[in-house]
Amino acid sequence: MGKIYVAGVGLTKIGEHWDRGLEQLMVEAALKALEDSGLTRVNSIYVGNMAGEFLQEQAHLGAIIAEDLGMVGTPAYRVEAANASGAAAIHAGALEIASGKADAVLIVGGEKLSDGLAEEVSSALLMGERQEYEGFIGADFYSINALLYKLYMKHYGVKDDMIAVFPMLSHKHAKGVAHAQYPFEVSLEKILSSPYISEPLRRFEVSGVGDGAAAIVLIGEKLKSKIKAPKTELYISSATDFMTPFEREDPLRFQSLGVAVNKVLDEAKVDRGDVDLIEVHDATSIMAAISLESSGFAEPGESGKLAINGEFDLGGRLPYNTFGGLKARGNPFGATGVYQVVELHLQLTGRAGKNQVDSPKVGMAQSLGGVGATAIVTLLKAL
Amino acid sequence: MRVPRYWRNKLFRYRLVGWRCINCGAFHHFKPLVCKRCGSRGFREVELPKTGKLLAYTVVKIAPADFKDKAPYLIGLVELDDGTRILAQLTDFSQDELKDGARVEAVLRKIREDGESGIIEYGYKFRPLVG
Repeated sequence: MGKIYVAGVGLTKIGEHWDRGLEQLMVEAALKALEDSGLTRVNSIYVGNMAGEFLQEQAHLGAIIAEDLGMVGTPAYRVEAANASGAAAIHAGALEIASGKADAVLIVGGEKLSDGLAEEVSSALLMGERQEYEGFIGADFYSINALLYKLYMKHYGVKDDMIAVFPMLSHKHAKGVAHAQYPFEVSLEKILSSPYISEPLRRFEVSGVGDGAAAIVLIGEKLKSKIKAPKTELYISSATDFMTPFEREDPLRFQSLGVAVNKVLDEAKVDRGDVDLIEVHDATSIMAAISLESSGFAEPGESGKLAINGEFDLGGRLPYNTFGGLKARGNPFGATGVYQVVELHLQLTGRAGKNQVDSPKVGMAQSLGGVGATAIVTLLKAL
Repeated sequence: MRVPRYWRNKLFRYRLVGWRCINCGAFHHFKPLVCKRCGSRGFREVELPKTGKLLAYTVVKIAPADFKDKAPYLIGLVELDDGTRILAQLTDFSQDELKDGARVEAVLRKIREDGESGIIEYGYKFRPLVG
């Protein structure tokens, strides 16, 4: 297996981009990433997108993005793994680099949720569950999260503030971030007094509806010395779990995530304690808590306490969602996994501005599809 | 949901009939070829018990498009008397009866209508068990 490097990154602001389409957002991010790398051509393009067939009635995004980038002729495919689609696209591109087949690939994750009504975005999200089962009875993504939330509070004997602390933290870190959808702080009191979206899960504990695209250029050893742009080394691993959390041995544990984290640490020869910052898939507050515990960065039931003690602050033991995570930076489904890696790359190359963590060497991004049925974990090392 | 897809799996939707792995006992809602838990290939058809207890419930406020006119509605995690856990809509609950741990029983109810000209889809829901 050859080494894989991130050699360029680009992103758009996340928000409701009424004047721009899905393709335009993806092209904007892709051009920025290419420009950052100094490359004008790549061997392949991988597009991450979850809901384009439903919200834009558009399949075949690979060839479309190649054409819109003026790169007709370049192989290009869309990769889909529900909310982890962006990370899945990175995984696919990384494998092509590692195999030696490609010297440079472009990954573009994009999603445009504002084209849909609120109930259509909910339907899109539900497509990441099993339609024959949860879909048929209307047990949407948030209802599954709400049930996990209740089981969590009961099992560990904690109150909702130990879970709602995670959106507060994401908002704290998003403050003033130019590309974030919600770049402001929200107090724990305000989160806990927001209306229920699905009791006990509150409105301010779930990510909003936004549009955005992010892109990265991956290269192999051959181009490494030729490219002047700041680079990081990339490792990526993935695993799956049962679709419904309630059919897992322990519903309060994302086994897929634990497995993928261990695999990626092993491949990168990095100890868990050497991870300097982490991007967690906080589509909901409860998923953030379960993620940190499933991946060994907190003991079961203890993540909220660590958060309240400041361990996940920008200056803490393990800085968390340093640009605001899914909750505050935003969560355009198929783009999110790419945003996470772009942000890690900015941190590890010292380009994170006021959110810069003190000279980090290793960063980890966790992307989940559904309620943890897919987990894709990326680890970046500073060079 | 397309009509053939709805029709194919009506046994589970109407009567909680599914398939249990002969080797490991894992329950499958729809006819499997391979056991999702142990990988073996032998199954027996089973009808799940119609009573159980409510482990946890929630209220869906922002529903998917097909359920928009039904919101708010209740979703529960039910542990049936044989230990099988299933997700279901809850119905006929008064506020007083709505407690985690409540005894429940399955009933056949309308789930949704497939637009103005499509079929009306039925399936199980759980209501409070009286007595």
